[in-house]
Amino acid sequence: MNDADTLLRVENLAVEFPAGNRGRVRAVADVSFDLARGEALGLVGESGCGKSSLARAIMQLPRPTSGTVALDGEKLTALDAANLRSLRPRFQMIFQNPAASLNPLRTIGRAIEAPLRTLGRHDAAERTRLAREMMAAVGLDPLQFYERRPSQLSGGQCQRVSIARALMTEPRLLVCDEPVSSLDVSIQAQIINLLREVQQTRGLSLLFISHDLAIVRHLCDRVAVMYLGKLCEVAPVGALFSAPRHPYSRALLAAIPRLDPKHRPAASDLLPGEPFSPMDSIEGCSFRARCPRAREDCAVQQPELCEIGAGHLVACHHPS
Amino acid sequence: MSEPLLVVDKLSVHLPCGDRIVRAVDEVSFTLQRGQTLALVGESGSGKSMLCRAIMGLLPGRARLPAPGRIVFAGQDLGVLKASERAGLCGRRIGMVLQDPLSALNPVMKIGRQIAEPMRHHLGMTRVQARERSIELLRAVGIAQAETRIDCYPHQLSGGMRQRVVIAIALACEPQLLIADEPTTALDVTVQAEILDLLARLQRERNMAMILVSHNLGVVAGRAHETAVMYAGRVVEQAPTAELFARMRMRYTRALFDAIPRLDDPAQAMLTAIGGQSPDLAALPGGCSFAPRCARAEERCSDQAPMLVSDGHARHRYACWFPCAVGATA
Repeated sequence: MNDADTLLRVENLAVEFPAGNRGRVRAVADVSFDLARGEALGLVGESGCGKSSLARAIMQLPRPTSGTVALDGEKLTALDAANLRSLRPRFQMIFQNPAASLNPLRTIGRAIEAPLRTLGRHDAAERTRLAREMMAAVGLDPLQFYERRPSQLSGGQCQRVSIARALMTEPRLLVCDEPVSSLDVSIQAQIINLLREVQQTRGLSLLFISHDLAIVRHLCDRVAVMYLGKLCEVAPVGALFSAPRHPYSRALLAAIPRLDPKHRPAASDLLPGEPFSPMDSIEGCSFRARCPRAREDCAVQQPELCEIGAGHLVACHHPS
Repeated sequence: MSEPLLVVDKLSVHLPCGDRIVRAVDEVSFTLQRGQTLALVGESGSGKSMLCRAIMGLLPGRARLPAPGRIVFAGQDLGVLKASERAGLCGRRIGMVLQDPLSALNPVMKIGRQIAEPMRHHLGMTRVQARERSIELLRAVGIAQAETRIDCYPHQLSGGMRQRVVIAIALACEPQLLIADEPTTALDVTVQAEILDLLARLQRERNMAMILVSHNLGVVAGRAHETAVMYAGRVVEQAPTAELFARMRMRYTRALFDAIPRLDDPAQAMLTAIGGQSPDLAALPGGCSFAPRCARAEERCSDQAPMLVSDGHARHRYACWFPCAVGATA
């Protein structure tokens, strides 16, 4: 990827939280990746692996402990609050729980035009017009929904509102943190199709966080698999699904429920061991406690992310 | 075949809501044999949870069960039991696993006490007996170092571990029927597979009957003997699971199936979403309640409600005027 195509560059990003007298939690450790213009990157991993912390660090909510995040070559991590604020319209986020991310007292229309109001863009009439236009674009009839409040909407409709609100500032980057995890499968499909449509028609770059690889496959060009604060495999969707190299990626793939009553899920490849906690200071590979391929050297040296094929990176001493 | 463990016969659950009546469950009938698993599948608001709560006896106080609906458990009509007799079943002979393991546990009580509670209450065990048995149960649900973990508070455990604790509580009195209401919806995929495998193993080992509720057909595919698909309070298709997947007839079942992202589709293909919303249960349309969202619906569908009928194949019933052609699903 040459520099002109790169929208987002994340380098050596780390996020740590103080944990009282027990030291510090390393939620994200030394993560680097690029995201191209118009590209959709899926970020997958279990709860607690640092996906959301990474997303928030990219959004500068709060700022990361160390490392840099650059959008269009502009280092967000080096900007002061006022300059960061002026760039915010270019990167927006939608959250997992759609109802909780909307003000229950505010009408849907007011919620969607709020970003423009905050930025002081346009007059009231124009803001209303733009909000109505955006509602129609995300599949909410403005006549029916403009004056409603979040409690009168279903989960799927609330998520459409979140998407509309995030798109109002015409962002280049949309960070989606588990946007469909709390929705029914039937509604999930609607929201995924909507995200695909807006991504393609607006040329957005998407960072899409999920613990479900099957969904990522439908939406994303590339996948980054995260385990305990680090990336363990990054690959184009095709390569990751046809030939996953990291044992953890394989386990994630094997866990997806199949629509086939004859499919007997093979007993999980994962060892029953307890995963390390992000509180531990870990020598060697952080996945080794659950890894069926772990050998002696895994306990000694931490594997680095290395390129093993076109755009296919894996951090494992013994990839399959 | 021996007498079924559970018979649900024309069961309806009505919830008065202002001057309207929400028909949460509408004339649902099924039977469940010992050692069998029945899956209930459907969207939010399809009545799955209300049905489970009706069997468990945990309906909200204003709920009404209109005649002639009956629930018969082990030969006993639950409708005629006194409240105290009913309470004696709940947690003892019928166990329940709820969706969200964090809100199902008391955050200020050690998990050991929470597992011991039903055994102390129903079986009259002493504190020491119950603690010993709690440790055994924690081991049975796959928690390592059970002797020390028993003194943990819920917040000290991961989501998957908490759900194992909730399962241990449900199993404490060796119930004959286990109701698992979306037991893995709040969990990660890797943990989901582990918990479903655990439930299947426990169900086999203890010869329990199980009702497994999910909104995802993929979750129940390899794990239930029989599957019932619910929509707007009614069962709209029911069959042995393998038969259902091989020959889906009802259009809603098919739509639910198609909405799930699959690993064998071309990557990045559009998903087939079900348009619209599930209907308002206080103002159900006449006719088939899925008709407003169904691509195949004709006039007849909005006039006349289809009955649940058999198509001649063993125990396969569906309610649809224009069913999918046999063999349309692979």
